[in-house]
Amino acid sequence: MGNKQTVFTHEQLEAYQDCTFFTRKEIMRLFYRYQDLAPQLVPLDYTSCPDVKVPYELIGSMPELKDNPFRQRIAQVFSEDGDGHMTLDNFLDMFSVMSEMAPRDLKAYYAFKIYDFNNDGYICAWDLEQTVTKLTRGELSAEEVSLVCERVLDEADGDHDGRLSLEDFQNMILRAPDFLSTFHIRI
Amino acid sequence: MAQPLNFVLNVPETPEDHGSQEPSPYDESEVHDSFHQLIQEQSQWVAEEGLELQQREPGAGGQETSGHLDESFCFVGSGQQALPGPEDALVHSTATLRILASMPSRTIGRSRGAVICQYYNRSVRLRRRVSRPELKGVRRSARPSLRLYDLELDPAALQEEEKRFLLVKELQGLPAAQRDHMLRGMPLGLAEKRCLREESQTPTGKQRGRQGPRGLFPCCGRLRDACVLALHSLGLGLLAGLHALRPWRYALKQIGGQFGSSVLSYFLFLKTLLAFNALLLLPLLAFIVGVQAAFPPPAPPGSARSFTGLELLTGGGRFTHTAMYYGYYANSTLNQPCAPAPAGGRCSREAAGLPYSMPLAYLFTVGLAFFITCVTLVYSMSHSFGESYRVGSTSGVHAVTVFCSWDHKVTQRRASRLQHDNIRTHLKELLAEWQRRRGSQSACGRLRRVAVRGLVWLLSLGTTLGCTVAVYAFSELMIKSPVSAEQEGALLALPVVVGLLNLGAPYLFRCLAALERHDSPVLEVYVAVCRNLILKMVILGILCYHWLGRRVGTLKDQCWENFVGQELYRLVVLDFVFVLLDTLLGELVWRLISEKQLKRREKPEFDIAGNVLELIYGQTLTWLGVVFSPLLPAIQIVKLLLVFYVKKTSLMANCQAPRRPWLASHMSTVFISLLCFPSFLGAAIFLCFAVWRVKPSSTCGPFRSLDSMYEAGKVWVRRLEEAGPRVSWLPWVHRYLVENTFPVYLVSALLLAVIYLHIQVVKGQRRVICLLKEQISNEGEDKVFLINKLHSVYERKERSRHRASFATVGTRIPAPQPGVMSSHPRSRLTLCHPPVPCFPQAGKIWSASRAQGRATSCRKSSRGAGTLTVHTGTCSAECWVRFAHFDSHSSLFTSPDCDPLRCCPS
Repeated sequence: MGNKQTVFTHEQLEAYQDCTFFTRKEIMRLFYRYQDLAPQLVPLDYTSCPDVKVPYELIGSMPELKDNPFRQRIAQVFSEDGDGHMTLDNFLDMFSVMSEMAPRDLKAYYAFKIYDFNNDGYICAWDLEQTVTKLTRGELSAEEVSLVCERVLDEADGDHDGRLSLEDFQNMILRAPDFLSTFHIRI
Repeated sequence: MAQPLNFVLNVPETPEDHGSQEPSPYDESEVHDSFHQLIQEQSQWVAEEGLELQQREPGAGGQETSGHLDESFCFVGSGQQALPGPEDALVHSTATLRILASMPSRTIGRSRGAVICQYYNRSVRLRRRVSRPELKGVRRSARPSLRLYDLELDPAALQEEEKRFLLVKELQGLPAAQRDHMLRGMPLGLAEKRCLREESQTPTGKQRGRQGPRGLFPCCGRLRDACVLALHSLGLGLLAGLHALRPWRYALKQIGGQFGSSVLSYFLFLKTLLAFNALLLLPLLAFIVGVQAAFPPPAPPGSARSFTGLELLTGGGRFTHTAMYYGYYANSTLNQPCAPAPAGGRCSREAAGLPYSMPLAYLFTVGLAFFITCVTLVYSMSHSFGESYRVGSTSGVHAVTVFCSWDHKVTQRRASRLQHDNIRTHLKELLAEWQRRRGSQSACGRLRRVAVRGLVWLLSLGTTLGCTVAVYAFSELMIKSPVSAEQEGALLALPVVVGLLNLGAPYLFRCLAALERHDSPVLEVYVAVCRNLILKMVILGILCYHWLGRRVGTLKDQCWENFVGQELYRLVVLDFVFVLLDTLLGELVWRLISEKQLKRREKPEFDIAGNVLELIYGQTLTWLGVVFSPLLPAIQIVKLLLVFYVKKTSLMANCQAPRRPWLASHMSTVFISLLCFPSFLGAAIFLCFAVWRVKPSSTCGPFRSLDSMYEAGKVWVRRLEEAGPRVSWLPWVHRYLVENTFPVYLVSALLLAVIYLHIQVVKGQRRVICLLKEQISNEGEDKVFLINKLHSVYERKERSRHRASFATVGTRIPAPQPGVMSSHPRSRLTLCHPPVPCFPQAGKIWSASRAQGRATSCRKSSRGAGTLTVHTGTCSAECWVRFAHFDSHSSLFTSPDCDPLRCCPS
């Protein structure tokens, strides 16, 4: 027990446990993963809450993210300033949302933010195009992409304003039972 | 070339903008960072992704502002090129947009303030529901007031700080567990959550401290606090322990990373089966096997045979008289004070112990274990159904494919490439299907397809029938030529035949299925599952008839229960052997052939449905055999563990992820229900029949002197009746509730009524949902109508104002963004001279083709910088160039060939 306590104080660990979906052991494991990303940058003592950020290049090179077409968006959405550089809090937050225990609403909220490429609070046709392009590595022709976008907007846009608001998105997610299992990263 | 005259305009805040301080959601988040960072981010992004410079770059750094500007570009300028822009949005002016953006429904979930507010409302609702304090006990100021409701109505009314304060107060009112739950589910940053937690925790402690002395027992409150805290940490510890017990974390991650959710669902199903078997085995071990092993019965004469090794396959020989089978268990009361004890010494020592009636224990433990399994199974099935089948889940395939099909678990490059390809093909298929659905198919083609399908069904049913007849004939043959004790190997003949049929028939079905081409892959899987299931269940049914109908008659003087137990043991073991064979032949050999001979680089696909059906079949065998061989679940557990590793190894080496989209959650629901409905229910019916109707053999087992196994319970009840009035309610319960058929009918009728009511309620809800959906769509149309009206009013106003300003200055900035611009003092709009507004009515200033050429050349040269946003709009075929947020201090346009001003006509 002794050497475990040197990284976090008891209160810190408890706070992390209460605010994320992780157990103590998982938090420690995640911390060591985080520390491994930049050993010379991240101290092994977090009791004084140091202000450390791991740059996006390192976050994006984690095996869990490196082949994910949305890795940049994920890092941006969860980082404080939207630049992809992450503190430990952001890092834990990201994996907490992507964990198995996180509820559907929370996941849907962050998924919406991830797909909202221009951060305007809606998924508009342009965001959709980006999504489709990333999903298919740009191997669909322009007409196909626009046709897909048109169909998606047609299906999911409940209030006919030509773009998807968070509500539209959540309604759509409700109908997709697989969302919970696919929007999930095992650590 | 004359130097063009340039206007660099500082955008002034018009008086109108001062007046309209509408809370725009864009303002609520942080204003953008430095421009320099934006350039870096974007150039990096472009270099990384290798994509063409988009017309409108997603602003990575200056998020809200650039997004906002983009939007306004979209509306005024282009939007016609590649993206099918929303038609109605195209024409909206900024004022309309601002109103739209500040509509209450739009602000939810977009800014931090709105999130906090939403969660505040939610926690208020929760607290009201959980513990509504009595009004008279609460001080006046603390009573719930209309103020809360007013907040619910207007989320934008309060400042963020105030909302936050209210949220903290609400959180303080909640019990600890609920507060944590709420905090975890909040879409806020972790740092913010921790702050909220701190703030909502400390005053609660103080409050409790204050409340303490007022109560009757001052220490009570503190004690309760300590208890709550201890329980909290205990709960966390237990949770951690459970998580540590979670086996195969790494293996599952590896499988999920390489093959995605679909293949993972097979292994998760296997894990579920392990849990079911453990649940079944624990009571059996504790109350039957363990107890009987502690009081071993006298060994029957001449049973000490040597161990040959064949027993592992046949389950006979030396295993016959062990705790493995029914025949070993005594029909006496164990631990009786000095009964005819097998070991005299033990009797005297444990004379004080409770008597333990083995027949009763046997009956009740098996019943209890089955009941527990049944409850768990039904619970998990209903849970799974609730998760995967929702109202209206059939519509919206495209949207679901685009947003939910990427499996974030996948970590391997190959697998991720495969997933890209799968999604692309799936999207293409969907589009093709959608286009085809609008056309129609010829009657001839449809007829031919129906004929082919009918033929294939006929063939597969014929195969099933053939297999059944073969098994039946073979079992009759086995009865006619009884096997002597020495040739135990011959006993394996029937299980081998069954295993071979089970192995071969699915391959035949697969070949047949290749003939009929189904439209949807899901339907194909369902059809395959259906055929295989019919085959397996029919074969098992025949075997059950063979055991209970025929064997019981022929094995009059022997222990038929032992025989059935051994038969099931053989089937389970051989099933495992055939799974191994299938893995070896179907996966390894096929891969070698396709790699070496056919020179294809494709590996065989992992057949999820077939493998899951194998598991279900094995589990059915286990359930069938529980009464006759109480240790069969242990064998099954060992088998499942081995299968896990064998399948995992084979999967990693030989297989690739399925190419077809696989609705993992639907499928796991289907598999759980298959496990419940034909498999568990069939086994339960078989066992009920064996317990109630079939006479147990008279030479062995705990029920040897009775007419049926159920008699043991009856005898016990009768004895209780004689024993005294203390437990007289039990015989009464037995007589009036179990033996009397009326209550049973009543209960089942009630159950049916409840189910019927439930179905009706669901139906009604479904109708309501449809109505609500219609209403939403109507509301949307209404809104669009109103927006258009609003816009036309604004446009008229704008047009008149615009005419006036254009006449005087000759400059008009299309769509300024007051909210954004004013927040950044140095921001400027640089316009070419003469300005080229995009309003068609403003008139052409210079020829369209010339302008377009300029713009294109400029865009080309600006590709490196990546911030120059150029719109060659189709709007009146005129070009206009606009530089958003030109920061005069940044070294943006240092390169001489990309001077924004050069775009302008000389």
